[in-house]
Amino acid sequence: MSGGLSILVIDDNKIRASIIEQGLRDAGHDKVIVVHQMEGLVRQISDINPDVIVIDLENPNRDQLEHMFQVSRAVRRPIAMFVDKSDSNSIEAAVDAGVSAYIVDGLKRERVKSILDMAISRFRAFSRLTEELEEVRSELADRKTIDRAKGILMKSKGLSEQEAYDLLRRTAMNQSRKIIDVAQSLVIASGLLGD
Amino acid sequence: MNTNLKPVIAGFIPLLDSAVIVAAAEFGFAEQEGIALKLIRETSWANIRDRISVGHFDVAHMLAPMPIASSLNLTSLAVPMLAPMLLGLGGNAITVSNVLWADMAAAGADPEGDPASTGAALARVIAGKQKAGAPPLHFGVVHPFSGHAYELRYWLAAAGVDPDRDAEITVLAPQVMADALAEGQLDGYCVGEPWNTAAVVAGTGRIATYKQAIWPDSPEKVLGVTRKWAEANPETLAALMRAFSAAADWCADPKNNVELAEVLARSDLLACPTEICLAALSGRIRLDPQSVKDVPDFLTFSGGVKAAPMPVYGKWFYEQMVRWGQVEPSEQAEKEVEKVFSPTVYLEALGLTGVATDATIEMFDDARS
Repeated sequence: MSGGLSILVIDDNKIRASIIEQGLRDAGHDKVIVVHQMEGLVRQISDINPDVIVIDLENPNRDQLEHMFQVSRAVRRPIAMFVDKSDSNSIEAAVDAGVSAYIVDGLKRERVKSILDMAISRFRAFSRLTEELEEVRSELADRKTIDRAKGILMKSKGLSEQEAYDLLRRTAMNQSRKIIDVAQSLVIASGLLGD
Repeated sequence: MNTNLKPVIAGFIPLLDSAVIVAAAEFGFAEQEGIALKLIRETSWANIRDRISVGHFDVAHMLAPMPIASSLNLTSLAVPMLAPMLLGLGGNAITVSNVLWADMAAAGADPEGDPASTGAALARVIAGKQKAGAPPLHFGVVHPFSGHAYELRYWLAAAGVDPDRDAEITVLAPQVMADALAEGQLDGYCVGEPWNTAAVVAGTGRIATYKQAIWPDSPEKVLGVTRKWAEANPETLAALMRAFSAAADWCADPKNNVELAEVLARSDLLACPTEICLAALSGRIRLDPQSVKDVPDFLTFSGGVKAAPMPVYGKWFYEQMVRWGQVEPSEQAEKEVEKVFSPTVYLEALGLTGVATDATIEMFDDARS
């Protein structure tokens, strides 16, 4: 990309940061620098002299960063939050996605819009990924609990595995509960009763 | 849960003076006023500002100068706001490193934290350092538009120290101040409790003075609302303030100190040891690990007239913004500030009548306004 913009990505989540970095590179931005820590950031900002800064909203150092933009002698060009009041949708989308962006003064909005859009979509994709991972994890945990409940029934009632599962399912249906809930109660009760 | 309750989402920062909002949600005060209050903990004041601006939050726990800065268009995502109620008075302190305190003590600093004395001692230490060609001292505050920034600057300037020329002031999140002091990144900081006590208990800092001594009974956190939300939801706002008023009275009762400290210390709230929350709640302040000083009004919660914002408070913050070059003075700005800190909505919601709204401010150096 001609006269490529330099972009600083601040995110202590390394996976998310690299997803964003990759996205920006794929879009033709080759001056992308990722930092995970705030320490020494004033120096780094002064060295990198970025046109655009992207930061995650979970970062507790946003106040520090904004203050730095206002007063620091290290920041050579004034930097402002990426705000265009006529475009409240994109502000909302950014906050929703959990990302904020700052740009140097005087930079044309059209030149950075695609960067912000990219950051937003990658942040969203990352949260979806995290949620899916969480679901898979809890599914696995559920399966383990059900296996333990089956084991308890097989041992205490002398049932086969299929019979133990059928009993769990029937009990769940009769009580309008989920199998996992019945299994959990059984595992807890069994633990309390010392076996 | 009662589905007839009106949902209100409130953002807060994990600080002791989020107590009123927390108590309103935890102990049923909000529900009694017909409100389902949902709290969302935030990690920065910038997030609080952004999320109230885009409407994620209906209301928020805010630094008193923030609604002013937003109304005067001094911040990103600035929108006209109101500070209809004070959520806490006092509660801040200025903590310095052990090394700096040793120098200040040698220069005659009052061990009880008298701001005139500790400020004068600090000025002597700084003058000595300047003569020796030492680098300037480094102080931390939580936000450029904060009581902390203005208290620290006021205290320094009253002692003849120019906060911009003779010191360096940086911004850090409250919960990392004590660590930054321990690691030598800071020589001192001004922050709300429990983050001063945290340094004292860790043995890495010493409280030099405190907000209640600098400006007695002064506003610290406010309920922040956009003017748009306040105008669209006048009844909800009034009910919310009645709930906060009841919660504040509960928080102010000494017999609830322990229960309140235990709730605030929880991992989903402040996530800190209960003991360090108790210091400011009980007014028994550990200035250093050895001595405890009774400062009964160190941090005040009030559900009465004391929680009413007053135009003169807003004007004090505005004057500090002007003093430190954050805003160009104008008559229009001054009028706007008076609007932000108007007590009317609160007094009406609480049915308080005949209240004098011409409060005066008296600073430790006898300045009055």
